[in-house]
Amino acid sequence: MDTAMEDGQPRRRRLKQRYPLTVLILQRLGLSAGLLLAVSILIFGGVEALPGDFAQTYLGQSATPQAIANIRSQLGLERPVTTRYFEWLGNAVQGDFGKSWASGNSVSEQIGKRLGNSLFLAFCAAIISVPLAVGLGMLAVHFRNRVPDRIINIISLAAISLPEFFIGYLLILFFAVKFGVASFPATVYDGMSFADRLSAIALPTATLVFVVLAHMMRMTRAAIISVMSSAYMETAELKGLGAFKTIIKHAAPNAIAPIVNVVALNLAYLVVGVVVVEVVFVYPGMGQYMVDAVTVRDMPVVQACGLIFAAVYILLNMVADLIAIVANPKLRHPR
Amino acid sequence: MTDPLKHLTDRVKSHGLNRREFIASSMAAGMTLAAASSLYSKAAKAAEGEPKRGGHLKLGLQGGSATDIIDPAKSQSQFTFVMGRNWGDTLVESHPHDGTAVPALAESWESSADASTWTFKIRKGVQFHNGKELTIDDVVKTLHRHTDEKSESGALGILKSITEIKADGDKLVVSLTEGNADLPLLLTDYHLVIQPSGGVDEPNSAIGTGPYKLKTYDAGVRATFEKNENDWRSDRGYVDSIEMIVMNDATARVAALSSGQVHYINRVDPKTVSLLKRAPTVDILQTSGRGHYVFIMHCDTAPFDNNDLRLALKYAMDRETMVQKILGGYGKVGNDFPINETYALFPEGIEQRTYDPDKAKFHYKKSGHDGSVLLRTSDVAFPGAVDAAVLYQESAKKAGINIEVKREPGDGYWSNVWNVQPFSTSYWGGRPTQDQMYSTAYLSTADWNDTRFKREDFDKLLLSARAELDQAKRKEMYRDMAMMVRDEGGLILPMFNDFVNASNKKLKGYVHDIGNDMSNGYVATRVWLEG
Repeated sequence: MDTAMEDGQPRRRRLKQRYPLTVLILQRLGLSAGLLLAVSILIFGGVEALPGDFAQTYLGQSATPQAIANIRSQLGLERPVTTRYFEWLGNAVQGDFGKSWASGNSVSEQIGKRLGNSLFLAFCAAIISVPLAVGLGMLAVHFRNRVPDRIINIISLAAISLPEFFIGYLLILFFAVKFGVASFPATVYDGMSFADRLSAIALPTATLVFVVLAHMMRMTRAAIISVMSSAYMETAELKGLGAFKTIIKHAAPNAIAPIVNVVALNLAYLVVGVVVVEVVFVYPGMGQYMVDAVTVRDMPVVQACGLIFAAVYILLNMVADLIAIVANPKLRHPR
Repeated sequence: MTDPLKHLTDRVKSHGLNRREFIASSMAAGMTLAAASSLYSKAAKAAEGEPKRGGHLKLGLQGGSATDIIDPAKSQSQFTFVMGRNWGDTLVESHPHDGTAVPALAESWESSADASTWTFKIRKGVQFHNGKELTIDDVVKTLHRHTDEKSESGALGILKSITEIKADGDKLVVSLTEGNADLPLLLTDYHLVIQPSGGVDEPNSAIGTGPYKLKTYDAGVRATFEKNENDWRSDRGYVDSIEMIVMNDATARVAALSSGQVHYINRVDPKTVSLLKRAPTVDILQTSGRGHYVFIMHCDTAPFDNNDLRLALKYAMDRETMVQKILGGYGKVGNDFPINETYALFPEGIEQRTYDPDKAKFHYKKSGHDGSVLLRTSDVAFPGAVDAAVLYQESAKKAGINIEVKREPGDGYWSNVWNVQPFSTSYWGGRPTQDQMYSTAYLSTADWNDTRFKREDFDKLLLSARAELDQAKRKEMYRDMAMMVRDEGGLILPMFNDFVNASNKKLKGYVHDIGNDMSNGYVATRVWLEG
């Protein structure tokens, strides 16, 4: 008898049982693509709905009707919005984001540079903040409700309460203006040596570490504490295992899912949400690029940035979920 | 030189006096503006010493964006404005202190008797950065590009009256639809950089005849320049290299300047000037300008179609307080016409309109209007516009006039509110000439007639003043025009804003140019570094 018919169920379900992870990833990818499509419609519609179109905004107060008409007809802006949307989508699917309306430069090329800068800054902030946050979180649990825990809590709460531009300004004031030990502005450019680059981004990295540290640290602490109250932790303790060892060996792995989730969220923030930090430190990243483009309604750039930001969020969330599933076998085999 | 003047010049030399204070004091001592300006420049030059060559100049500038474009025709931002001045030249420049036309790539010029045909002699032996010699052909093609009807050039509007541009041997001949005594000054516009073959093939190559060659450029981030060794002029381009960094955050600029990372920043917030002044290494650079902040009423829309109501609203404005509170004192009071004493042929002796609640009350009653007046504003109109509107509301209240202030979103303000709604806040940058200022915004047919000021007699006067080569007659005409706008127009002009920039004390030779901000964009080509 054909195995596929054995339990009277379609092949798909068995596929899912045999390769749960693969199917899950494929499902996720499909979902992500759908989400991206939805995002593209939202972005296109959103910019379209903003008051003032590109021709008018770009020329500003000095716009003459003649100049506006010239720009509109050159860009084909007088065509219906749906036509323009599908044309753009068709090109974007092939990796062609077109040319910036304002500067005429290739969007993909520009984004390549800016995204590289953003990722570099985010990466540096992440490799410092993630281990630091998780470590501090465990430390806080270990000294729960004692002085070290309190100090960690107060500092992290203070850091999370201060707006990031304020932290940035404080760091600039002390380290660049008063003591003159850090370099400012953090402008990076082609042909800069790696060491110069690192020294340029020291202050913005420190700011970002402050900003995301508290969130991750507090989530780590809460997740581990919640695991600690479960029955098997009591068993471990009764077995006579040392306190720190129980946290690392038994509690931490079971707390991975929520921790990874909050880490992923913060990583995404580091890539797409740091406009203010970029402005304060004069750092040429994606955020500033997109804001510049929105200001003049430079549609091709806005759309490309929007899609990339959405992709970063979707990707990191997906990775977080997958890690959670791998870390917790229970989730791998849904009953 | 009389004694008080000697005392004044001594104070300039010891940095005790800025240009404005000097000119005000020496004019009080009986000097004319032009004489005072030139005396000041001499004194200031003596104070600065001889220009030093060499060094790496760093500027931190507000007003750059990733969407910027090098092509001077499309140059929009403060950043590309300064960039263009570094790498390119225009045919004519304006004198930094009195605003008259001075030769640049055009060596000399003359006009027909009715000022409708102009002949320019183009300088010989000037090389572009790529080694190619400047020819009459390049000049003609450049002007053609900017006057083409399909052009996206920012200078298209001011060159509208040009009918023909052609070469006559090695001379440039420009014909106009009507006489214009100010044509040379129109050619100082920063869009009109002369490019090889007019920049038709490579508008973004930044190849020009300027003192610096563009080395690297990353839009919205940074630009670097190196010295053009073949520069045709020796009285500029003192530093070896220039680095311009986009710093759109005001605090970042101040931090970069006070930590010595840059030599010059633009757009210092008047609110923080006093704090920045305390830094021992910093000079505040304050330049009188032609830009002005305005409250505009549509003369053809009720209730503003009533001149008594317009007068009431003009008398209800407390100008002194505006200058103190909104500009932090870095500006001058306006008199409801868009011209100040930095323009050539400024009509002197017009009585200053002041805050007068009684007169305002009188005219308000006479207008027959009652109820509130709706004023639309937004901070994009000018920095502090919303605060200014509220201040105005307060001063008008004392005259029994109720102004309702509506805050509009900054996005779309220029397309939905300004020049559309009958009463709103706005700003105007200066123009090189009175004619251009009036033609842009007060001529009946002007696209940007944002006060809907439409009077045949004014238009006639404007057109005849334009073609008038007799300066005394012309000055009289401008006075009449100013009076019309002041007493019957829809413009309330409380203040002219100064340009407030700042530099490191090592930066010397800064020229306070009345033409435009940042030494009319020439900052990097005119200064040198000491020590």
